[in-house]
Amino acid sequence: MTIAKTRGALAALLLAAALVGGTHYSAPAAAQQKTLKFVPEADLRILDPIATTAYITRNYSYMVYDTLFSVNEKFEVQPQMVEKWTLSDDKLTYTFTLREGLKFHDGQPVRSADCIASIERWSKRDALGQRLAEMTEKWTVVDDRTFTLKLKRPFALTLDALGKPSSNVPFIMPERVAKTDAFENIKETIGSGPFKFVKDEWVPGNKVVFVKNTDYVPRKEPPSWASGGKVVKVDRVEWIYIPDSATAAAALNAGEVDWWQMVPPDLVPLLTKNKDIKVENTDPMGSMGMIRFNQLHPPFNNPKMRQAVLYLVNQQDYALAIAGDAKNGRSCPSFFSCGSPSESKVGSEILTGKRDLEKAKQLIKEAGYKGEKIVVLSATDQPIVHSQGLITVELLKSVGLNAELAANDWGTLISRRAVKEPIDKGGWNIFHTWLVGPDMANPAINYPLRGIGEKSWFGWPVDPKMEELRTAWFDAADPGSQRKLIDDMQRHSWESVPFIPTAQFVIPTAYRSNISGLLISPIAFLWNVEKK
Amino acid sequence: MLSYLIRRVLATIPVIGMVAFFVFSLLYLTPGDPAAVIAGDIATSEDIERIRQKLGLNEPFWTRFGTWAWAVLHGDLGISIFTNLPVTRLIAQRIEPTLSLAICTLIVAIVVAVPLGVIGAWKAGKFVDRLVMLFSVLGFSIPVFVLAYLLIYLFAIELDWLPVQGYTPIREGFWPWLSHLILPSIALGTIYIALIARITRATMLDVLAQDYVRTAHAKGLSPNAVLMQHALKNAAVPIVTIIGIGIALLISGVVVTETVFAMPGIGRLTVDAIIRRDYPIIQGVILLFSVIYVVVNLLVDLSYRLFDPRIQY
Repeated sequence: MTIAKTRGALAALLLAAALVGGTHYSAPAAAQQKTLKFVPEADLRILDPIATTAYITRNYSYMVYDTLFSVNEKFEVQPQMVEKWTLSDDKLTYTFTLREGLKFHDGQPVRSADCIASIERWSKRDALGQRLAEMTEKWTVVDDRTFTLKLKRPFALTLDALGKPSSNVPFIMPERVAKTDAFENIKETIGSGPFKFVKDEWVPGNKVVFVKNTDYVPRKEPPSWASGGKVVKVDRVEWIYIPDSATAAAALNAGEVDWWQMVPPDLVPLLTKNKDIKVENTDPMGSMGMIRFNQLHPPFNNPKMRQAVLYLVNQQDYALAIAGDAKNGRSCPSFFSCGSPSESKVGSEILTGKRDLEKAKQLIKEAGYKGEKIVVLSATDQPIVHSQGLITVELLKSVGLNAELAANDWGTLISRRAVKEPIDKGGWNIFHTWLVGPDMANPAINYPLRGIGEKSWFGWPVDPKMEELRTAWFDAADPGSQRKLIDDMQRHSWESVPFIPTAQFVIPTAYRSNISGLLISPIAFLWNVEKK
Repeated sequence: MLSYLIRRVLATIPVIGMVAFFVFSLLYLTPGDPAAVIAGDIATSEDIERIRQKLGLNEPFWTRFGTWAWAVLHGDLGISIFTNLPVTRLIAQRIEPTLSLAICTLIVAIVVAVPLGVIGAWKAGKFVDRLVMLFSVLGFSIPVFVLAYLLIYLFAIELDWLPVQGYTPIREGFWPWLSHLILPSIALGTIYIALIARITRATMLDVLAQDYVRTAHAKGLSPNAVLMQHALKNAAVPIVTIIGIGIALLISGVVVTETVFAMPGIGRLTVDAIIRRDYPIIQGVILLFSVIYVVVNLLVDLSYRLFDPRIQY
């Protein structure tokens, strides 16, 4: 081909492209009207809400599955798939009746056997579920819509367990799926929730597609957190995972996506300049950051060393580092999430009072610290984790501790924190993380408080007194007794220091002004959301 | 020629086998544990250990390598630890965006760089040549992600001519497909334009100093004919070589470009898999990359004969 011919061909190509596309880029209008394009907090990889505690899998599962009970904004347990329930006079037998017309996405009715199998699988992995299993004598199918739970002894948290709002959530699956080993991923994605997952269109790392479940019968009550009517007001939802924050901001600005779930604080000013975008906090509780100690090895196997760190931590510093401003981050000197009924202020002056380096040094001296190296794990790909790590290392160094930041990626951090060996064999002393408010809301689900040694969460504290208080809380007959036990647990925690709460923070959400109906909730639910 | 081709193809088998073995060994030695990622943040060491057992991650190295290698020999790259989807399906989902990006980038690079290099050499030392060299330096110096953000700001946000992110398959229309590739191709292609333009200019300068070029001028051939028919053809071998190397470099370059433009390509698949320690995907993709490297090198070697008939195999 001659140069002249090549030039001609290229010009023709560009002209054709311009004629076909016009000068302005625009997505198909019809698809935009019916499809909600949502940028989630993370990439969905695992489709089994029992096999993982990952929040993104929990969020996906709320779209696809339903629950027997759910918690509302007042932390009250409300029936969801259940139409009615009764408790026998001896408080040992619950009888549950399912709502009429509940169907799985394959058209099969939801039966009692499905619910029992799902709860049994969940209770093999979840700590509160395990507690319920310990208290359970047997589950019995009465008929397709009715089943009973017989307890060994009264368990006041039965409904709280069945309506547990965050990971792991007892979602209901078909019996054949729920029979899968609890440590293996399920192979089918059949739920009875308000959306159907379109597996053929799933591109891991990029796009998750859901369509409205037209067979779903929502409850009549207004939506409140995961309870009430889950009315779907769009035909299709696309989760578009955009790994780069700047690109996500540009996509929202350009109207290519409708809603960006979690906006990094530094990009908020950029988005608020656009009058077509609203930036809000829809999470009423937020999340809690924390410093977690390894109690298997020196120096933090000594409670005085852990107490010393309490006198160094300034929660305002952590809040600012994580959330960017005081509006989105605040101090929360409680071992239970602030805003939850279990929030306690007992002994909180230890974190809110003047920071006391001398006291910290004295405790370090009393602990007999010999200059051992302190390895603080961090993950540079997790800004919330890394910012906490940077502050903690500087604090430790300020009182003469031999602290070192082991910065890696999150994948490495979560592998290394499972290592129980000393630091010279790949172990660790401190890591940071964060959990959503509902996961720290009461002693039943607050895993970092547990003190059952090697069966505890990473850090493996042995704390018989804490376990004794927790058991007493489970057995407490009235809210007053439970309240007192929560305060006792808080008081004890300032001595045992299983972890240190660093801050409570919210990550703002941003959406186009043609979107309405976002629910105020710790989890981004996509029902009730309307697109004009 | 045919025997050379057969010899080269046969030689790729041990190369790919060695690559597979080294990749598997490196992953075995790399810290990280997919079981911990699967279990999530609120898990215990016990949970992680049970997941490890279920996934067979506690098996000895040789058992795991043998199982994987045997499956690969049967065309099975395995199943993703996280998504439970076959690696071949995941690669198939991602290959189109990456190939589209690579091809468009190459086209942009060659179409712009070769003329720039030729003009630079032809007008050596003059203002035009200095402009070409300035562009080359800028092309090398500006990081891909910076240029990408600038292009997004100008063409997607301010002018609203092109989309910010994503990818549309070509089956859904030529313009939607092309519109998603223009900005990424320019962002990724700039460095290759700079590279190829410099090599073309340097090679052309050598060729233009040859006696036969002077003879061609003396015989009254037009400057275009001398440049394009005589000089450029003789300068083609090093240019083709650098384009071949460029294809190999492109594979690493697409990672950043695909991330910034949120394109669901092989680069992002690889990085995501590395972050999560999804071993079957990492092994499958690297095996694919090594095959691509070998094939590209082979094609480059074979193409030499097109430009220089003196080369015999």
